[in-house]
Amino acid sequence: MSVEPASGGARTAAEKSDFKRELTAVVPHLRAFARGLCGRPDLADDLVQETLLKAWAAQDRFEPGTSMRAWTFVILRNAYLTDMRRNRFRGEYDEGVAERILTAPAGQEEPIHLSDLHRALLTLPAERREALLLVGAGGFSYEEAAAICGCAVGTIKSRVGRARAALTEMLANGNIPQRSTGDDIAHRAILEELDIVAGGNGVSSRG
Amino acid sequence: MASMDGQGGKAGEGKDGAPRRPPEWADGLKQLYDSVVEEALPDSFKDLIDRLDATPPARGRDNGK
Repeated sequence: MSVEPASGGARTAAEKSDFKRELTAVVPHLRAFARGLCGRPDLADDLVQETLLKAWAAQDRFEPGTSMRAWTFVILRNAYLTDMRRNRFRGEYDEGVAERILTAPAGQEEPIHLSDLHRALLTLPAERREALLLVGAGGFSYEEAAAICGCAVGTIKSRVGRARAALTEMLANGNIPQRSTGDDIAHRAILEELDIVAGGNGVSSRG
Repeated sequence: MASMDGQGGKAGEGKDGAPRRPPEWADGLKQLYDSVVEEALPDSFKDLIDRLDATPPARGRDNGK
């Protein structure tokens, strides 16, 4: 992302201090979004650090009073897609996700664990995964998620719907990639869709 | 930052075979997200934020690390 010099740079010290405070407040959310996107905690934190530096550099473009979380998510998302294109992330799983039992569907021998959901999530195409993360985990409205992804509201609804259907199918049928063997599946799925996401809509370059 | 799963206006349209309401695992997504939000922030972030003031804005620091 190219960061152009601010026009005027007329921010007061109080505004800068507000910006920093708001930026600090969204760091935990950026970490959560990044980890959902790229899986591995260390890479996710690298991504967040990169995002913070870019957000700081571009602070004159932030409109006070608007959502800092939404604004920084756009920056994080663009940084993620750029890094994906450089093949930095390989859809690796977070081995640290708790083996917490999430739900025990009737008529199924094995309960679903949180780690199952996490692995299943990481097999989703990037565009659907991010849509589901924004709406289903981050609590953004469809409209807000569409603004973050730079696409139509209907597109987000469709992506969320497809992501939910895919996860439901995977979890119901136990068709969840295993840690040892799943990386290939997940990585391929992510990369196949990446070209679509990166080449087409959604990758807005506005910071 | 309100949690508004499913109530962003018109709740999930029932197309694409998508359920109208979030499936039973949906709470797990929030758990995954919230568990990271609630983690203690690593010192590396505090250090970075402390250093921001010394970094002039609009100076794109792209050291391509």
